[in-house]
Amino acid sequence: MESGIFHTTYESDMALRRTPLMRLRLILVIAAALIFPFLANGYQLTLANQIGITAIGAIGLNILTGFTGQISLGQGAFMAVGAYSSGLLAARLGMPWWLTLPFSCIITAVVGAIFGIPSLRLKGLYLAIATLAAQQIIEWLITHWTVLTGGVEALVVPTPTLFGIRMNDDFNFYWIMLLLLSATTLFAVNLFRTKIGRAFIAIRDQDIAAEVMGVNTFQYKLLAFATSSFFVGLSGALVAQYRNIVNYERFTIETSILYLAVIIIGGLGSVSGSIYGSVFMVLLPAILTNLGRALGGVIPGMSRLIPFIQQGVFGITIILFLIFEPEGLAKIWRDIKDYFRLWPFSY
Amino acid sequence: MPRGFTHVLNSSTLQPGELQLKVDNLHLSFGGVQALRGVSLEVRQSEIAAIIGPNGAGKTSLLNCISGLYRPQNGRIHFYNNNQEYELTRLKPYQIARLGIARSFQNIELFKHMTVLDNLMLGRHVHLKANIFTGGLYWGPAQREEIDNRRFLEDIIDLLEIEAIRKKPVGTLAYGLQKRVELGRALALQPSLLILDEPMAGMNAEEKEDMARFILDVNEEHGVTVIIIEHDMGVVMDISDHVIVLDFGAKIGDGTPDEVQRNPDVIRAYLGEEHNILQ
Repeated sequence: MESGIFHTTYESDMALRRTPLMRLRLILVIAAALIFPFLANGYQLTLANQIGITAIGAIGLNILTGFTGQISLGQGAFMAVGAYSSGLLAARLGMPWWLTLPFSCIITAVVGAIFGIPSLRLKGLYLAIATLAAQQIIEWLITHWTVLTGGVEALVVPTPTLFGIRMNDDFNFYWIMLLLLSATTLFAVNLFRTKIGRAFIAIRDQDIAAEVMGVNTFQYKLLAFATSSFFVGLSGALVAQYRNIVNYERFTIETSILYLAVIIIGGLGSVSGSIYGSVFMVLLPAILTNLGRALGGVIPGMSRLIPFIQQGVFGITIILFLIFEPEGLAKIWRDIKDYFRLWPFSY
Repeated sequence: MPRGFTHVLNSSTLQPGELQLKVDNLHLSFGGVQALRGVSLEVRQSEIAAIIGPNGAGKTSLLNCISGLYRPQNGRIHFYNNNQEYELTRLKPYQIARLGIARSFQNIELFKHMTVLDNLMLGRHVHLKANIFTGGLYWGPAQREEIDNRRFLEDIIDLLEIEAIRKKPVGTLAYGLQKRVELGRALALQPSLLILDEPMAGMNAEEKEDMARFILDVNEEHGVTVIIIEHDMGVVMDISDHVIVLDFGAKIGDGTPDEVQRNPDVIRAYLGEEHNILQ
């Protein structure tokens, strides 16, 4: 129970972690993330890596949809751009894997900005349809521009190595993922407490007022598309390097919708929510699969039903979140913290 | 550079009484509806100019032309600052904001999920220099800038007496306070010209008094020119130096509050034709 924290400088008042307890919690999270790979088995590490990659992509999408209010159904396609850029640069040009990452991020950012141009005139659902067009166009290009991408055939990416060590085994990749996820998170959190990020949120909340207060809304929308796509591209590039293989089927409209579900469940307009949502959406199917396997002996035919049950639970979860907590896991976590902060006088 | 006012909340370089805004023969129509038909007016530095008129007279349309939201079919709007003349009908809203023309809206248009501080900080947008890289890095220039501007905003928070709510999301605030925050956001721009569209609509007497006091503070202490639309005639006649009356998109009166009150056209527009009542 705190009686109050009194800041005496603007610097400490504006810090991200304003109280000793908040700093302690952050240290615990970092410690857990550092110890985790030494305790976890291969399967758990695979899940952790999936969560990390998803979280980077979800933060990217949240920058655009959650913070700037521009609904995007092109997430899958933008991830594909990142994945194919990274894969092709490594496979065709022999570029080292780590160098392909910044290149594929920048390529995706440019592509994202180009497909953001309709946002000058379109808002809401109309823009969503325009980004759906981006999804279809990019998918079509990938499957038909056979000379470049190999079409529907999977693109095999050379195994990423660093000083002769294979980097895409679960343990080594975990550290790459952790580093990039931390950098992405920190960047996003900082962005939204300075000029550019504030303008993004202003455009979401009240675009006409933002324009009248001096925000060049079109320029900032394009910037939001580019920034978002930069991280989505990073996520895609990591998929390529981690899996060693790039296939367009991984980046269809289904992926776009899955990512929208991640940020809705995690919390629109929340950086940490993007991470919670990713944890939830990666672990939920894994838990259901394991549960199904365990029940397989008891209930005959269970293993055949698992895919359907997964789809069903997936849908129900989204509906329940939309009804009971539209602000997502981030809000639930905030409520829990508030409860204990005020405990036992929680009125 | 000669400057009439050195106060931080005013970015105009004119001397009091100099011509600041000149609207010249403005025509605006939406399809067949003529919202403005040949409106001309002048506003001078450091005056409070009130625009009044019955509903649908074209008051808000006129303001929207000045802030670049509407593009008039005909006419010019000249604005003077920094020893230069600007033609506002050719500029986009965000370019007009950079000239120091700030405004509030009839229906509150705050960023309702942002805190009061963030709303005010968005008002500083044109003065901030952080880009995507320094902002994402935060530590360094972006942090210095945030702290410097926070210090500036605290003066506005002081002036408007909103200390207690500075960290509240504006969506949760009472209506009167939201109106006050919207005035604060416009002030954060360091306006050379402050445009207020019905800042006291829907307020009780006490809130109106507070708001009138803030507007007078800004005008008298900081010398900011104010253009205000207001329906409460008591307030208009008390605080304004100059009243412009619109009716059906045309200007029917222009002068000091006393002159306007005696103007027969204005009386007719507000009370109707005398013989109509008798017949």
